[in-house]
Amino acid sequence: MYKKIDSADIAYLKSFIPEGRIFVHDEISDDYGHDELGGIEVKPDVLINVLSTEEVSKIMKYAHDNEIPVVARGSGTDLVGAAVALEGGIMICTQQMNHILELDENNLTITVEPGVLLMELQAYVEERDFFYPPDPGEKSATIGGNISTNAGGMRAVKYGVTRDFVRGLTVVMPNGDIEHFGGKVVKNSSGYDLKDLIIGSEGTLCIITEAILKLLPKPSESVSMLLPFKTLDKAIEVVPEIIKSKASLTAIEFMSLSTIKYAEDFLGKKFPDTNYEAYILLTFDGNSANEIEAEYNKVADMCIELGAIDGYFVDTDERKKSVWNTRGALLEAIKASTDLMDECDVVVPKDKVAKFIKYTNEVSKEVGLRIPSFGHAGDGNLHLYLCRDGLPQEEFEKRLNKGFDLLYAKAIEYHGMVSGEHGIGYAKKDYLKNQLGNHQIELMRGIKKVFDPKNILNPGKVI
Amino acid sequence: MKIIVCVKQVPGTTNVNVDPVTGTLIRDGASSKTNPYDLYALEAALKLKGEFGGKVSVVSMGPPSALVAIREAIYMGCDEGVLITDRKFGGADVLATSYTLCSGIKAVGEFDVILTGKQTTDGDTAQVGSELAEHLNLPHVTNVKEIFDEGETIKYISNLDNKIVTGRIKKPCLICMDGDVNTPRLPSFKRKKEFGDCKDLIKMITFNDVEDKDESHYGLKGSPTQVERIFEPDKRNEKEIISDGDLALKVFDIIKDRKFI
Repeated sequence: MYKKIDSADIAYLKSFIPEGRIFVHDEISDDYGHDELGGIEVKPDVLINVLSTEEVSKIMKYAHDNEIPVVARGSGTDLVGAAVALEGGIMICTQQMNHILELDENNLTITVEPGVLLMELQAYVEERDFFYPPDPGEKSATIGGNISTNAGGMRAVKYGVTRDFVRGLTVVMPNGDIEHFGGKVVKNSSGYDLKDLIIGSEGTLCIITEAILKLLPKPSESVSMLLPFKTLDKAIEVVPEIIKSKASLTAIEFMSLSTIKYAEDFLGKKFPDTNYEAYILLTFDGNSANEIEAEYNKVADMCIELGAIDGYFVDTDERKKSVWNTRGALLEAIKASTDLMDECDVVVPKDKVAKFIKYTNEVSKEVGLRIPSFGHAGDGNLHLYLCRDGLPQEEFEKRLNKGFDLLYAKAIEYHGMVSGEHGIGYAKKDYLKNQLGNHQIELMRGIKKVFDPKNILNPGKVI
Repeated sequence: MKIIVCVKQVPGTTNVNVDPVTGTLIRDGASSKTNPYDLYALEAALKLKGEFGGKVSVVSMGPPSALVAIREAIYMGCDEGVLITDRKFGGADVLATSYTLCSGIKAVGEFDVILTGKQTTDGDTAQVGSELAEHLNLPHVTNVKEIFDEGETIKYISNLDNKIVTGRIKKPCLICMDGDVNTPRLPSFKRKKEFGDCKDLIKMITFNDVEDKDESHYGLKGSPTQVERIFEPDKRNEKEIISDGDLALKVFDIIKDRKFI
C-alpha cells in the first residue's frame, strides 16, 4: 500500500515549489484525471508543474522515502491511460519545462526539455533548415511523451520512429538520483543501452527531464500525392505494390471517404476531393526536384495501372495544409462522430496491412460495431476506432472486448504487435501479456524492479 | 459560357527579396507558385463549368516562367491559357498591370465573365481586379463567395464584412472572388501526362499583339506609383482596448495624438 498524501507531505512540497505551480485535491482541474481518450479517470492528489531536473529529483527523493506514487505527464494526449494517476499521489507535469536548450550544428543535435511540444520543435528546426523527422499526428504532444511511447508517425516509412532520433537522455530515477544515458555520440557499444530501455517505457522506469535528439538537414523538396480509388479494397491492394516499387517514399497513408467526411464536419473545411471511396496519400522528399518528379511519375503510373483514378499533386504549403490537416485531425474527427470509442493501434508486418484492413471490416460486421480506420499503410501501423454509437454501455463493452480479441488474435497470427506507437498504458496490459507470455513479462518486471524497487513510478501500467 | 480566370505567379515562400532600386520583387532563383487567392477563383470557374458547361481560359501576365502557373491551371481542369509576356510589360504597378491585362484580354476575344482572386500574396494591393474591370468598362463585384449562372446574368453572394449581399450582375462582367471561399481542386497527374507542356493550349501575347502601341502605357514607364522604400514593418505587441465612452472620439484623439492625422 502506498502512503496517502497528508498535510505534512503537502507542506514539504510547498516548501520548495511556489504557489501557482502546485495544486492540491480540488484545486486540480479534472483534465488531469484522464487522458485524451478518457478510458479511465482518477485525479492525482497533488499536481506540480516542474521547472527543472533538480526539482524533479527533490520530489522523487521525497516520494521514494515516503512511498508515494508519482506519475509524469506532458500534454496528456495519450490514448491508453498511461498519463493517469491510477493510485493518486503526485503528478509531475512537464509542460512548463518547455525550453530548447541547445542547437548543436556541429553534431547535428538539439537538446530540449521534455515539455517542448512536437510542433514547436519541428517549427524551430525547420526555420533553421534542419529536420526532425518523427511526425505523429498529435502535434501538441510533448517530446517527453513522444519518447515515452516511442511515437512513430507519418514519416516512419523512410526515417524510422522516435527511438531512431534519441541520442541521449537525462533522467531522474525513482529514488531521486539524476542519470545521463547515451549522449551526443553517433555510435555506442558501451554496455547495455539504458537509453533505449527508457524509450517507450511510458514513465514506469524513470522521469525524462532532458533529451538530446538527432537532426537531419532539411530536404529541400517535398511533394505529396493524393491517389483516389473507387473502393477501399482497391486502394489497400495497391499498398504492397507501392512498397515493392522501391520508391523513396516518406509516407504512405490511407483514408476512407467516410473518415474524411468526419474530418470535414469536424474542421468545417472541405477536402480537395471527395468523389471517391478511398484515398492513398504519399509523400516524396529529397534534394532534387527532378529526382522527386521521376519517383512520383513512376509510382503514379503504377498506381493508375493498378486502379487509381488519378494522382493529385499536393505541392504547395496551402495544398499540403488542406490535405495533411485533414489527415492530422482524423482521430479527433472520429471521436466527435460518436459518443464513446476505444482504439486499437496494432502494427503488423508491412505485407499484411491490406489483409488486416480487410479483416477489420469483417470484424466490424461480426461484432456489430462501426470501426472507422486510417493509418500508416506504409509501416503496417493501423489506427482502428471501435465506436459505441449509442449502444448501452454493457453491450458496447461486450462487443468491444470481442472485437479486440479478434483483432489482436489476428495481429499475433500475422506476427504483429499490440501497439505500434500509442503504448500499452493501462488499457492494453492484458493484450500485451497475452501476446508476450509470462516469461517476457517477468523479464520486464525484473527490469522494473531494478529501476523502481518500491514500484512508485506510474504504478499499474504496461506490465 | 466562356470564363476567363486571371492568375499570377507569386514567390513560393514568404522569404522574398526586393530590388532596392526599383522596389520590385526579385524573382530569379526563388521557388514560385500560383497565387493562392487565384486558386479560389479557378475553383469557382471550374465548378461553374462543371454545373453549367462552357470553357475556362486562364490568363496570366508575367515572365515566360509564369507558364508554369498556366500549365498548372490546365492540369486542374482549365481548357486553355494565355500568357501576356513582354519585357516592355515588366515592372508594372497596379495601373499598368491592369491596363496590360485589359489589352491582352481584348486580344484574346469574346468572353462572358472574368474571375479574379481578391489579392495576391506578394503585391497585396487587392486592386487589379477592379481596375481591370474599369479598363474593360465592365460591371464588377468584389468579395464574392458564391456564383450561379442564370443565362443573361450571374447571381452572386458577396461578403462585405458587415453584411452579405446577394445580387445579379449582367454578363459580360468581372467578379473578384473572396479568399477561403472553397477548397481548390488539386492539379491532376493524368492531365499533366496528357497535356505535358500544354504547347497547343497556350497562346502567347506580346507587345506586338496588343492594339495600343504606346509604350508609355506599359511596364515601369506606365507606372505612376513611385516606391520609395520597402521594409518589413516593426512587430509591436502592445495593444489598447477601448470599450466604453465615445469610442469614435477616443480613437480620433489617439490617432491625432500620435500624429497620424
